[in-house]
Amino acid sequence: MELFGLSIPLYGWQTVLGSAISGVFLGSIYALVALGLTLIYGVLHIINFAHGALLMLAMYGVYFLWRYFGIDPYLAMLVIVPAGFFFGYGLQRYVIGWASHGKDEIILLVTLGIAIVIENGALFFFTATERSVRVPYDLDGIDLGVTYAVYPELAALAGSLLITGGLWLFMTRTDTGKAIRAVARERQGARLVGINVDHIFAVTFGIGVACVAAAASLLVPTYPVHPQIGSLFVLIAFTVVVLGGMGSFVGALIGGLLIGVTEQLGRLYLGESLGLITVSLIFILVLLFRPNGLFGQKTGQGSS
Amino acid sequence: MSDRVRMTGWALLLLIFAAVPAFISSARWIDFLELTLFVAVLGQGWNILGGYGGQYSFGNAVFFGTGAYIQALLQYKLGIGPWAAMWFAVAGTVVVGAFIGYLSFRYGLRGSYFALITLAFSEAFLVLSRSLKSLTEGGRGVQLPLNQDPAQALAAFQFNFSDPFLRSYGFYYTILIILIVACALTWWMERSRFGAQLVAVRENEEAAEALGISAFRVKMGAICLAAAISAMAGIYYVQKFLYIEPGIAYGTGKSVEALFAPIIGGLGTVAGPLLGSFFIHGIGEIAKETLGRAMGDRPGIDLILFGSILILVLAFLPRGLAGLLESVCKRIGGGRDA
Repeated sequence: MELFGLSIPLYGWQTVLGSAISGVFLGSIYALVALGLTLIYGVLHIINFAHGALLMLAMYGVYFLWRYFGIDPYLAMLVIVPAGFFFGYGLQRYVIGWASHGKDEIILLVTLGIAIVIENGALFFFTATERSVRVPYDLDGIDLGVTYAVYPELAALAGSLLITGGLWLFMTRTDTGKAIRAVARERQGARLVGINVDHIFAVTFGIGVACVAAAASLLVPTYPVHPQIGSLFVLIAFTVVVLGGMGSFVGALIGGLLIGVTEQLGRLYLGESLGLITVSLIFILVLLFRPNGLFGQKTGQGSS
Repeated sequence: MSDRVRMTGWALLLLIFAAVPAFISSARWIDFLELTLFVAVLGQGWNILGGYGGQYSFGNAVFFGTGAYIQALLQYKLGIGPWAAMWFAVAGTVVVGAFIGYLSFRYGLRGSYFALITLAFSEAFLVLSRSLKSLTEGGRGVQLPLNQDPAQALAAFQFNFSDPFLRSYGFYYTILIILIVACALTWWMERSRFGAQLVAVRENEEAAEALGISAFRVKMGAICLAAAISAMAGIYYVQKFLYIEPGIAYGTGKSVEALFAPIIGGLGTVAGPLLGSFFIHGIGEIAKETLGRAMGDRPGIDLILFGSILILVLAFLPRGLAGLLESVCKRIGGGRDA
């Protein structure tokens, strides 16, 4: 994406700061995508390989709502977030849980199978054509001096902060949130005190997909929709989740921002294509040396 | 007894595969067979580490791609012949495998973490092969010169301008021989002390360690063997298409193809990858011909089916098609005994 137009060869502090600021905006998008992923990992202890595909599917949902009903992408959240929740609930309860017999390695492969089915389903039914939503305000924004921030970027940043806060409140203040944390901490014990573990798993997965649906609404004004768009984000989302500590919301937010800034600075100094190596390198180094992430609990059982 | 039956089965299968030119002449069907055997080789590479060792890699493309790139670049940059380059391709890939394995296993990455780090390495290689233009020609890819001298066909490992028989069947036999080598290696491993230790580590790493098995060394052996087999698939690919680029080499496509066949065919069995590859590509071909054609040759239909079959096999056939076949055979055999 040539969104930020930062190919100025002078690396004065303005350039670096501008690059870092656009990194924050980019990072907030990564954080948004990673939030649902980290929630699912924290509770079910599985990597959801279908996360990117679900993001893509939700983006198509937002696109079609805009295209055929003229619904603004941000308003579409009212439809797409509940739809995402129910879709995720069903997916976990009736497909992943059913097919995996509760074995972790099998769950990994089942979510991969789902990702392949959804991605190629989109390719088959919607074709590879890129589709873009045009909103009247997508180029308006605020001049920050060193860089220019468009409203959709500001909305994504605000959205990631709000969703992180909302999730944290939900997990600490509501009964369902407490049940989710209980299941994350001790499955067997939770079952013994009368929590329906299968239901909680499905609720968690549903919330995770609802988060990714909200992310889709916030992404559509800046990113074109096509079947491969999910895979663009998913690997980075994995990096963010591992960096932030699997299961930690605040970690996902900070991890996302860190990765966004690193990527932008990497591109500035190493060039558009080699700059991406910074993300892969961080991923590998964190996996090797701090597999619990910067903010994850030592036991690897982090919840909120 | 059961061993003799199995050996007879393999011998029969080999005979049929070797005699293919006697009854199949359509280029389309030979292409289909080549693809199926190629995926079976990739699958066997995955099976060594994933099926026997229980280490699920999501980035086996890194081995296929490295083998392919070394094979292509040694010819393209240094003018080394293909038959010499081959050995460097396998050896170089084994070094990459050992490097990734050393880091992952030394730091004790298992399960999801191992899947993620293999994915991360294949992504890193994808970025590097796109960016280091002076070494890899970047996104443009490496295009090998076409040999047009029929007399040099064998020396150049290119069959486009050779005699009619080699032109039609040269690469079919190439990939068949590679598959035989891969299956023989797997068969040997299955019977060796090393194979037994690998399975022990898969079943219970702590228990295996307690018995004095070094899980680290066993897993290192497995990842090196997996790398070598996957590299051979890369060598075939480069000689056949005379072209390699970052997306083909290190994209997620090859990593996913590599794990489909053994999981569907039967994890940790010699025949699993071949069985799985035939099953999915057979179905894929039929789907493309019927449904795909009816919808105007749109891409994607075969992979929708592969993904669904994967989920169904995971749900109903934990030991894959090979396990199904075995229990059917046992039931028939048991009936005869009674």
